[in-house]
Amino acid sequence: MHSYTEDRLTFWERFQERYFTQSKIGKIFIYVILTLWSMTTIFPLAWVFLNSFKESREIITDTFKMPTDPTMQNYVNAFETVNIGKSYMNSFIISGSVVLLVLFIGGLAAFAMARMQFKLRGVLQALLIASLLIPAFATIVPVYRMMIQMDLVNTYLALIIPHTAGNLPFAILVISGYMATIPKELEEASVMDGCGRFKMFTRVFLPISLPSFATVGIFVFLWSYNDLFSSLVLVSHESVAPIVVLLSNVSSQYGTDYGLMTAAIAMTVIPVLIFYLVAQKTFEKGATSGAVKG
Amino acid sequence: MKGDKLYVFLFLTPAFVITGIFLYYPFVDNILQSFYKTDGFFNSTFIGLDNYVRLWSDEIAREALFNSLELMLYVTIFQVGIALVLAIMVNAITKGAGFYRTTFFFPIVISGAAIGLLFTLIYNYRNGLLNEILVNLGLERVLWLTEQSSLYMVAIPTIWNYVGFYFVILLTAIQKIPNDFYEAAALEGITGVQKMFKLTIPLIVSDLKTCIVLAITGTLKIFELVYIITRGGPGSSSEVLGTYMYQKAFEDTAMGYGATIAVVIVVLGLSLAFITNKLLQKEEVTY
Repeated sequence: MHSYTEDRLTFWERFQERYFTQSKIGKIFIYVILTLWSMTTIFPLAWVFLNSFKESREIITDTFKMPTDPTMQNYVNAFETVNIGKSYMNSFIISGSVVLLVLFIGGLAAFAMARMQFKLRGVLQALLIASLLIPAFATIVPVYRMMIQMDLVNTYLALIIPHTAGNLPFAILVISGYMATIPKELEEASVMDGCGRFKMFTRVFLPISLPSFATVGIFVFLWSYNDLFSSLVLVSHESVAPIVVLLSNVSSQYGTDYGLMTAAIAMTVIPVLIFYLVAQKTFEKGATSGAVKG
Repeated sequence: MKGDKLYVFLFLTPAFVITGIFLYYPFVDNILQSFYKTDGFFNSTFIGLDNYVRLWSDEIAREALFNSLELMLYVTIFQVGIALVLAIMVNAITKGAGFYRTTFFFPIVISGAAIGLLFTLIYNYRNGLLNEILVNLGLERVLWLTEQSSLYMVAIPTIWNYVGFYFVILLTAIQKIPNDFYEAAALEGITGVQKMFKLTIPLIVSDLKTCIVLAITGTLKIFELVYIITRGGPGSSSEVLGTYMYQKAFEDTAMGYGATIAVVIVVLGLSLAFITNKLLQKEEVTY
């Protein structure tokens, strides 16, 4: 008979235990491969962070050494010569607004889709799923023309509006999928307590569905913060350009200032990485459920 | 519930007005624009299928198309392949699994622009990471971005960027396989590495299929990395459909032609997804 702990292992795990984990060579081999791959993800970034504290000259002569005389000069340059602070703010204003709009408008629509009966429900759902397949390339030309006509190019709204529209279908599908699993009894109880539909949304369904709102919020933020293509077209002017546009400019205009380049990369990546380490599970869920997004 | 009609209307209207005006209408309008010769503003002439005819004989467009398809091949094989190997390996260990999960996944959260700039520094001739390693080993510097190599040089960061994503999907799938299957297999006498090929992989084949479709359609959306690392060059040796569309529509202000390329990207994506689905359908196993 199996012991208790052995029983809890799946067969696959026991199989692996026997053939990989318990044979020393197999185990060492696995750890070597896994460690090599994790080196490829850690090493380049570590190299950038280290070099961002050196003068450009030192980056050239001693690229792998620890900074002998750590300097913040590259970061000061990033703020003074290319005004990275402004781009940071632009990024957070744009992506922050997109997240709030998508969660509010998408949340309401998701509630209706998940909990109310109406004729067009099936059709609308199919339409939402189909719209996940629309890539940014396929709408950018007409969107650009509309923004020019409305005189919005190079304002925050020029990017906020299309990003909101592009993310709504994904948000509605994920949030309504979550709301559909909430037991009917809760809905009935809140009716007994005299809640109307709007109160039912804000008092019952919104708080219960918060995890799905968090997942969607994080993913929409990332998608918007990282999108270079639409940003180049719609908000490329310095005064409104988000940080990815700045990175693109740095690469073409300051291509020889290695110190500035490393500092700019570090500053773009650090906030997202910290955020990721804090909320890793939600990130993974968000990225995988957003898999099919265009 | 009584009176729901009003609420359905109130709750759905904002979402569908915004997507209607800024997603669905532009999508349709883009198809219409592809039949016009237009700079987007003053000049707009209906030219029927001329844009498509022009695209057919446009050699750079053809190169961009073939580059995109070639990238698709590498990206699909290596992203999903490496992810599968890593997922099986991480599932086999107990210590440090969390660490590997974290480090494998994090390139996903970094913007393509930052990764592009990072790889520009890595490939740099004078003091890039790669050439510095070579020099430290006493070797000659290498020019990494040439006409022959540029496509591989953008394929590498693309693969590196997304392996973690497929890794998480596949690891989750492997961990969900029920115990009974392996017990049944043991009774049938299936043992050893055979089990991996006859059981594990067939059982996660639907997830593998999803990954392959996502990798294929994802490759068509590549823009950032190519734009920053090579700008499609040298020559047009690493031009892909996304960068060529951007260049035509917004740098050469041939908006109608850009719209045409966008239509081709969508059609190509849908048909490839459809074909892949059909091809892989037979092998589906459910449990």
